[in-house]
Amino acid sequence: MQLKTVHTPHVPVRYFEGGTGAPLLFLHGAGGLVAGDPFFAKLAGKYHVYAPLLPGYGDSEECHELRDMLDFTLHNWDVVDALALKKPIIVGHSMGGMIAAEMAAIAPHDVDRLGLIAPAGLWLDNHPIPDLFATMPYDFPKLLFHNVEAGAALFTAGVAFDDPEWLKSFLVSNARQLGMAGKILFPIPERGLSARLYRIRAKTILVWGDSDKLISPIYAEAFKKGIKGAELVAIPEAGHMVTIEKPDQVMAALGRLG
Amino acid sequence: MKFTWFNLMPWPYLPDDFREKNHSVWVDIDQNLFDPVKSHEVYNTYLDLMEYAGTLGFDGIGCNEHHQNGYGLMPSPNLIAAALARRTKDVAIVVLGNSIALYNPPVRVAEEFAMLDCISGGRLVAGFPVGTSMDTNFCYGQIPALTREKYQEAHDLIMRAWHEREPFAFNGRYTKLRHVNIWPRPIQQPNPPIHIPGGGSVETYDFCLDNTYSYSYLSFSGYIRAKALMSGYWERVAQRNTADHSPYRAGFAQTILVADTDAEAERLYKEHVLYFYNRCLHVYPGFADAPGYRTIKTIQSGALSQYAPPKGYADVTWAELNEGGHVIAGSPETVRQKMEELAKSLHVGNIFCLMHVGNMPKEKCMYSTQLFAEKVMPKLRNVFPDYADDDRFWCKPIAKRVTPGNLPAERDLAALNASH
Repeated sequence: MQLKTVHTPHVPVRYFEGGTGAPLLFLHGAGGLVAGDPFFAKLAGKYHVYAPLLPGYGDSEECHELRDMLDFTLHNWDVVDALALKKPIIVGHSMGGMIAAEMAAIAPHDVDRLGLIAPAGLWLDNHPIPDLFATMPYDFPKLLFHNVEAGAALFTAGVAFDDPEWLKSFLVSNARQLGMAGKILFPIPERGLSARLYRIRAKTILVWGDSDKLISPIYAEAFKKGIKGAELVAIPEAGHMVTIEKPDQVMAALGRLG
Repeated sequence: MKFTWFNLMPWPYLPDDFREKNHSVWVDIDQNLFDPVKSHEVYNTYLDLMEYAGTLGFDGIGCNEHHQNGYGLMPSPNLIAAALARRTKDVAIVVLGNSIALYNPPVRVAEEFAMLDCISGGRLVAGFPVGTSMDTNFCYGQIPALTREKYQEAHDLIMRAWHEREPFAFNGRYTKLRHVNIWPRPIQQPNPPIHIPGGGSVETYDFCLDNTYSYSYLSFSGYIRAKALMSGYWERVAQRNTADHSPYRAGFAQTILVADTDAEAERLYKEHVLYFYNRCLHVYPGFADAPGYRTIKTIQSGALSQYAPPKGYADVTWAELNEGGHVIAGSPETVRQKMEELAKSLHVGNIFCLMHVGNMPKEKCMYSTQLFAEKVMPKLRNVFPDYADDDRFWCKPIAKRVTPGNLPAERDLAALNASH
């Protein structure tokens, strides 16, 4: 995986690129993306992966011109254009799934294959999604992982809340990353997608961890109902970070896109 | 010096084990802890206390805006200010302020502040806070990273609404209005004095200096800890070659408690102060700072939220609060000395005196307030003689103000016919 830069009309975009095969655009969740992600390596084993960072994520430049859902959606189409990709497979996780679904809804003739991994974007009053923005770092593993202990170990590696400099850099990256994510996820991670799902023409695979405590698997049914012909692959013993907990099964599910 | 008697309006009936048994005093506070019937007396007592302070020579009486908050029963400060406008005579009504990004459309603020200024005869001092993250983001749902842009736009709209004399169209990103033409407009021209509460961001310093607004730091951590932040402000004032460094360019909130002696102050006020710091400031840290609410620059400057202090206030003691300067309490002479030190070390001319604290009963509050007004305030009036004439940051009431509640007891029929 290589970290590169591509220029879009609004902002230079940092993206990871690697692997060979059919082009695949991967859109990360609100937590961002790291080069060493094992799921990533697996994706690159089968596809030519392009994984752009949303502005403000990682070391990428912020973009204050991107404010709302339409801006985010068109920005990602700008990235596709800048990378000169033709009908890439689009896969998104969580917030990235929300953006991927919006991309497919706004440009249905340009997306043939769509993978939505525990996507955000819908809201069911009876199943409120926990407030990500009011969650303390030490409470995240419970929301994100089936195996909370293993998740916590992953999550707290390198954490030093007692160190003011570490804390400052943590708060800065939170402000950059979650500040950006908040534009489409705060205070409710829903921006009207349900009214647009019908426009999606892509073959769609939904992937969901059975014990997802952030976005309940009940949402899988709502997406399935909204997107014509969508297939659901439910993965046991996996939480919201299903890509980390069960990467092989996620790969197999995406394989059904052909 | 300008002294404003300030009441946060805390709910005085939080249980002893509030901190242990509750998630937060703010945002998701337990509904069962509020008793509307009891609040009838609480509200009226608090308003009485503000009116009382208005008779003792304070320059202003002040209120602010909080939502879903156990220590601030003022979701609408303008309602409190309206009640005060009718029942007080000469004192300034300091509304610190309206969180202008939360009003839709923000011309509502221009209108309501204009009404307050007209009803009070030009006694309004207006404040435009961004609002805390608890209020603005978690209670009122504003997107953190867009809050400041929306605030800025709301400010520009309000100022134009006050200043322009022809209807105009406003094509903002967050507010679009084809016909802005507020009726009424404020007595004070071109606008009432404006104070901006801030938490240490350079952008806010510049905003105040660009517009000749007073920068106020409303903290609960007292004057000693405020030194670094206020120094940052004055450094910025100097850096920008501002024409003057009048102390009235700044304000500061301080908890103040006066008794006959230092020992009596502890005896009388300790439990109420601890009630405030221990229970009222029990804010779940996850609500303190929604990511994106603070600018990167502000975080990098090290100005972290006062609502999530590293140690918290769980076990804080009276002695610590006094030594740390969170609270200025004691005999009139002790308080005078410390207040002088506060004013000089922070170089602030506007003091927002937090004189009702936690679950303090009205008798104690009146006692402390009266002692301060009679034995402390007069001795501090002239701390900044060079700036005695600086009236840019204070209200300018009209000379001929009416007395409310002054209808004739009996109707005069002759006058009735004459007025045809």
